[in-house]
Amino acid sequence: MSPRQVVVRLLLLATIAVAALVLSVRVGAVSMTTMGVLEAIGGEGDPASIAIVRQLRLPRAVVASLVGAALAASGATFQALLRNPLAEPYILGVSGGAAVGAVGAIVLGIATRATWIVPAAAFVGAIVAVLTVLRIAASVGRSLDTRVLLLAGVVVGSFFNACILLALTLTDAESFRSAIFWMMGSFAGASWTSAGIFTAYFVPALALLVALGRPLNLMAIGEETAAHLGASVETVKLLAYGTASLLTAAAVAVSGVIGFVGLIIPHVIRIAWGGDYRFLIPASALLGAAFLVSADSIARIAAAPTELPVGVVTAFVGVPFFVWLLRRRAV
Amino acid sequence: MTLFRARRSPAASPTEAAPPLGWSARALTFRYGRDSSPVVDAVDVTVEPLRCTALLGPNGSGKSTLLRLLVRTLEAERGEIELGGRPLSSWSRRELALAVGVVPQNEEINFPLSVRELVSMGRYPHLGALRPVGPRDRAAVDAAMQRCDVGRFADRDFNTLSGGERQRARVARALAQEPKALVLDEPTLALDVRHEMEIFELVRDLSRSGVTVLLVTHNLNLAARYADALILLEEGRIAAAGAPADVLRRDLLERVYDWPIQTSRFAGPGPDVGSVQVTPLARGEPLRAGHSLNHHMGSTDDHP
Repeated sequence: MSPRQVVVRLLLLATIAVAALVLSVRVGAVSMTTMGVLEAIGGEGDPASIAIVRQLRLPRAVVASLVGAALAASGATFQALLRNPLAEPYILGVSGGAAVGAVGAIVLGIATRATWIVPAAAFVGAIVAVLTVLRIAASVGRSLDTRVLLLAGVVVGSFFNACILLALTLTDAESFRSAIFWMMGSFAGASWTSAGIFTAYFVPALALLVALGRPLNLMAIGEETAAHLGASVETVKLLAYGTASLLTAAAVAVSGVIGFVGLIIPHVIRIAWGGDYRFLIPASALLGAAFLVSADSIARIAAAPTELPVGVVTAFVGVPFFVWLLRRRAV
Repeated sequence: MTLFRARRSPAASPTEAAPPLGWSARALTFRYGRDSSPVVDAVDVTVEPLRCTALLGPNGSGKSTLLRLLVRTLEAERGEIELGGRPLSSWSRRELALAVGVVPQNEEINFPLSVRELVSMGRYPHLGALRPVGPRDRAAVDAAMQRCDVGRFADRDFNTLSGGERQRARVARALAQEPKALVLDEPTLALDVRHEMEIFELVRDLSRSGVTVLLVTHNLNLAARYADALILLEEGRIAAAGAPADVLRRDLLERVYDWPIQTSRFAGPGPDVGSVQVTPLARGEPLRAGHSLNHHMGSTDDHP
């Protein structure tokens, strides 16, 4: 891929992402034209439209885009590090840890005191899970062994799932419903505050992952080969695992657990344009943004006035695609 | 940290000024588990610069382990290794990658990757994480692909290539590093005659054009013809080292491989006429312990 092709393709994906974002702001109980949306952003038109766009739809679309970008970029990174096409952002137990945090906060009844409590609890849970998994893997052998890391992720994830089931069994119907809803993922709680906090994580983390593209290319072939080619394997692993996990933890905190974005988006880019991580990571981020904001649009309007959990939409699209991918063996 | 900053080192500029590179190791010992017996046991080994050296020995004799110690994939439990007159431990990963190209025994590439992309990875020690690819890097990649005759399928997916083509692509990646030494672990494993010969021809050409070559192989006959020096390992120790005719002695091979063997001379034609050739005999043929064929042959000259 020539540098010019890279630029053209990234611009194409960026255009798709922006179009998906604008479309997402347009659709809903009150549908709008693109002009109407732009006017409302600029503060013109009727006050109701301005409020809908500025306070509800735009922050929600921005958060959905950023989370989609974060999950897809993290997924691509994990696939390189673990040399496993089935790797996804939650593979190191991030989702289980975050869910324990969030469900814990809901079940204990402290979630209703302030809107930031569930995201904060989810973030803390996710970080605890990642640190536990990394700690277990680091204590086995001299360097982080990929297989041990995968096993530790599965084991810690199972443990957290058991914790969640226990908590849900012992709780009342109301908490049960909101916990389940959180675990399926939703952007209903998105605000400019969550968009701002998430952006602060997202920008430096994505920049670092993109900068790690070339060493990740080597890691995808094998750690031994990467070392022979002069890469600082342990440094790359630590930076990439840490950054991708933090990014995923932040994503889970603002939106709950949304599956399949991190798994399928990198594969779509790979099949279309090859697997160079310097391109794959930014391209996955852009396509992930477009995909998730579109999924959220569908989640809002498909069964209106009821809102579907966005995780249901991504799974309905993701599972058939994944089966097709497995049958094609194009991974 | 060498992750993001990679300076152009003298090694990256055309070869001439750089001194040739060889290894010398003393009392090298390595074991995989703390309580297991050593796989490499107090080995002294010298790999001369600008020559082609082959590591031989039965399965499990420690060839690959020794090779991996010499390129620092493994750290020795005891002993010292010098590369180019400097302790190996004082070389940074990047310095090592600028000097030594390695073709490991196997790699599993689970993602689509074109041959050109694979070979271009050999430029990593010159570029680091962020430096953009320049004309010099492209020239090195093209030269490496041409040298290994993989230019024809530069844009094909690596995983669609045959075994021999894959191996040549991996050698091309190591050559794109523009190394002063090339290390190959059983590069002709599972290759047919033509592909195996292509690798041996390539490796000999390289050793004659200023690259030190060290390879592990099970093909005693091609090692005898194509390598300048052989190192024969037996249960983690050096059984013999030196010129092919001094190492491939019938008594020694019968002891090391525990199988009846006949040695003869390569009748040619070709430049290797007179090289020792090894033929394993049928089970039950008498072992001729303690008696060397060389004593009958007299001269061990490669060019009678």
